[in-house]
Amino acid sequence: MDLRFTPEERAFREEVRAFIRDNLPADTRDRMKLGHPPRKEDTIRWQRILNAKGWAALSWPKEWGGPGWSAIQRMIFLEENLMAPAPELLSFNITMIGPVLIQFGTDEQKRRFLPRAANLDDWWCQGFSEPGAGSDLASLKTSARPEGDHYVVNGQKIWTSTAHNADWCFVLVRTDPNARKRQEGISFLLVDMKTPGITVRPIVSIDGSHHLNEVFFDDVRVPMSMRVHAENKGWDVAKYLLGNERTGIARLGKSRERVHAAVAMAREVNFNGAPLIADETFRRRVAQLQVDTKALEITQYRVVSAYDKAKGAGRADPLSSVLKVKGTELLQAATELAVDVAGPLATPIWAQELEAMNEPDELMEAGSAGTASYLMLRAASIYGGTNEIQKNILTKAVLGL
Amino acid sequence: MDFEPSDDQRLLVESVTRMLRDTYDFTRRKSYMALPEGYSPAVWSQFAELGLLGLPFAEEYGGFGGSAQEVMLVMQAFGRVLVLEPYFPTVVLGGAAVNLAGSAAQKQAILPAIAEGGLKLAFAHSERQARYDLTDVVTTAKRGGGWVLDGSKTVVSHGEAADKIVVSARTGGERYDEDGITLFLVDAGASGVARRGYVSRDDTRAADISLSNVSVSDADVLGEVGGGLPIIRRVIEAGIAATAGETVGAMEAMNEMTLEYAKTRVQFGQPIGSYQVVQHRLADMFMAQEQGRSMAMLATMSIDNPDDGARAHDIALAKVGVGQAGRYVSQSAVQVHGGIGMTEEYAVGHYFRRCMVIERLFGDPAYYLARLAAEVG
Repeated sequence: MDLRFTPEERAFREEVRAFIRDNLPADTRDRMKLGHPPRKEDTIRWQRILNAKGWAALSWPKEWGGPGWSAIQRMIFLEENLMAPAPELLSFNITMIGPVLIQFGTDEQKRRFLPRAANLDDWWCQGFSEPGAGSDLASLKTSARPEGDHYVVNGQKIWTSTAHNADWCFVLVRTDPNARKRQEGISFLLVDMKTPGITVRPIVSIDGSHHLNEVFFDDVRVPMSMRVHAENKGWDVAKYLLGNERTGIARLGKSRERVHAAVAMAREVNFNGAPLIADETFRRRVAQLQVDTKALEITQYRVVSAYDKAKGAGRADPLSSVLKVKGTELLQAATELAVDVAGPLATPIWAQELEAMNEPDELMEAGSAGTASYLMLRAASIYGGTNEIQKNILTKAVLGL
Repeated sequence: MDFEPSDDQRLLVESVTRMLRDTYDFTRRKSYMALPEGYSPAVWSQFAELGLLGLPFAEEYGGFGGSAQEVMLVMQAFGRVLVLEPYFPTVVLGGAAVNLAGSAAQKQAILPAIAEGGLKLAFAHSERQARYDLTDVVTTAKRGGGWVLDGSKTVVSHGEAADKIVVSARTGGERYDEDGITLFLVDAGASGVARRGYVSRDDTRAADISLSNVSVSDADVLGEVGGGLPIIRRVIEAGIAATAGETVGAMEAMNEMTLEYAKTRVQFGQPIGSYQVVQHRLADMFMAQEQGRSMAMLATMSIDNPDDGARAHDIALAKVGVGQAGRYVSQSAVQVHGGIGMTEEYAVGHYFRRCMVIERLFGDPAYYLARLAAEVG
């Protein structure tokens, strides 16, 4: 047991930090520092810069452009990237479809899609949830009927993040409606979003942003060569995707960045005639978040170090569910803190007023963006398997109930 | 970074676990409680035979040169069965004080005797008025040949069992001053030492100790005159790390017995573990245990950090985290058990009470949270 980072790991962190500092475009950094989400072009530009450096395809094998890092190195990179703050690598590409194709894809699929996914030449999205299939994903109804060397897809997906930006979508479809078990009639398809019959309709979320979508499939023809893994074996692919290494799932860097932002703002705002930072109640709240952050950080190190020891083999660590639940609780508490610090500044939607100003009012902007971040991240305990589902997973995997 | 125990550490845990399986269960524990010592001298001898009593001491003093990690693992095993013996005050606290501050002669006189099982220590620092404030020492030591001690110490773990007591006293400065506190090694049988023993809420014995005109020699000063506080802090940090491990063991035991109970207790025609509301409580308990384990690791791996500020910060984080986790798991364990969890004859309440005692040992989560809060900004 040794909690300390090795000199090599510390040097690696310095290298990553320096690279991000020197290469992250200033306009992206400035926006994100105020709490704004990155724009589509920010994300693409940054991922391409990282990919040129060989740092985008994080967990992929070297032959497909991976950096050949240990899980601990990946974790260090993700922390530094979030702390910068820089746009996150597009998870659909890097932690979802990439590893899936590497594990299950044909050579043709790998050659065609992996380099473009790493470089964000293709923006992927995830077509899993349906109006009637949320936490109960296996009850999905979108159908794929074979017709010659194509499938004809009909149905509807929902909560499809960034579908409006996406070039491709990986979709779970029902290919055998009569399967004995619901999980056994599902296949995993790669769908070009430009295919006729696809309609994307925006869903505006409570933070006022357009991030989510409904995606309708109306007689959409998908070549059978775009099926990943065997027909009716899509559930195995989905399980692999969801259980795949989740080093970054706790998003600790993001929570830390939000707490830093809240503390910085607390120096500027007033509370009973003194800066809020001087208030004992506020300080204890920050201290409690530091405790929770540290516990999660070490739990994450344990997961990552066990992953490296096992050489990445084996099943997903059930502690991943702890990372998800505790990580999202922390993320929500951190964004909640920032909103509380902003006080009345948290309420207006400033977008137009801020655009019109000559001199930026950083406090106003941080207040407004902090609220958007708080509202948006209510989703954190819902997506990727709700926290209640994570507890069900723990109940089964760890407690054997 | 590496979080896996080494092969040697694994072997240590196995042998301790085996020994405890042979010596400890809930029924036998009750019989040890009923002994005059409040613990089993026979089990204490077994600790000595297994080398546990010299675990953290250097080999030249009859020890095994173990690190805080080995101590944590042993304490974790102790926490699983709620060991009653005075390991914590003797080896962890008293041993650390001698190890950190003792002269070669003092170490030679004390550490091998501890390792062999022939000497027990107590660590008498806290005073009634001080609550958690380490500098609040009003017991005095005045020059008079050697030194003459006057004052009283409270809730001294296994104070009655000790052969020698590490006592803090003011040789200079005022109440709350950081300087002027000195540590002394006092013979428990010395004239003027009076001990009033009692059972603590966790079934272990503790004592209030009064010192009235107690004479000690210069050779009994532990460390520098007036320079006791930094030693006391480090002793307490070692104690916090060790009891963090013990809390993890206790949480494991509570979670296991609660899970077992949830599988077997039938209500409304089904085991209560089949109800999701109970399952999610168990999942929360498991998460608290693992977050607590992470914090115990933090404490353990921090206590050798030479940077005083960083070390104190990490220890404070760990103390809060482990304390809160222990409290949550204890309360939940009793809740899921229902009525049976309330009974003295059932084990879970005893774990609850041990966690409660550890939680407020050397400062509770609120105290350390306030300390962390002072650093914010």
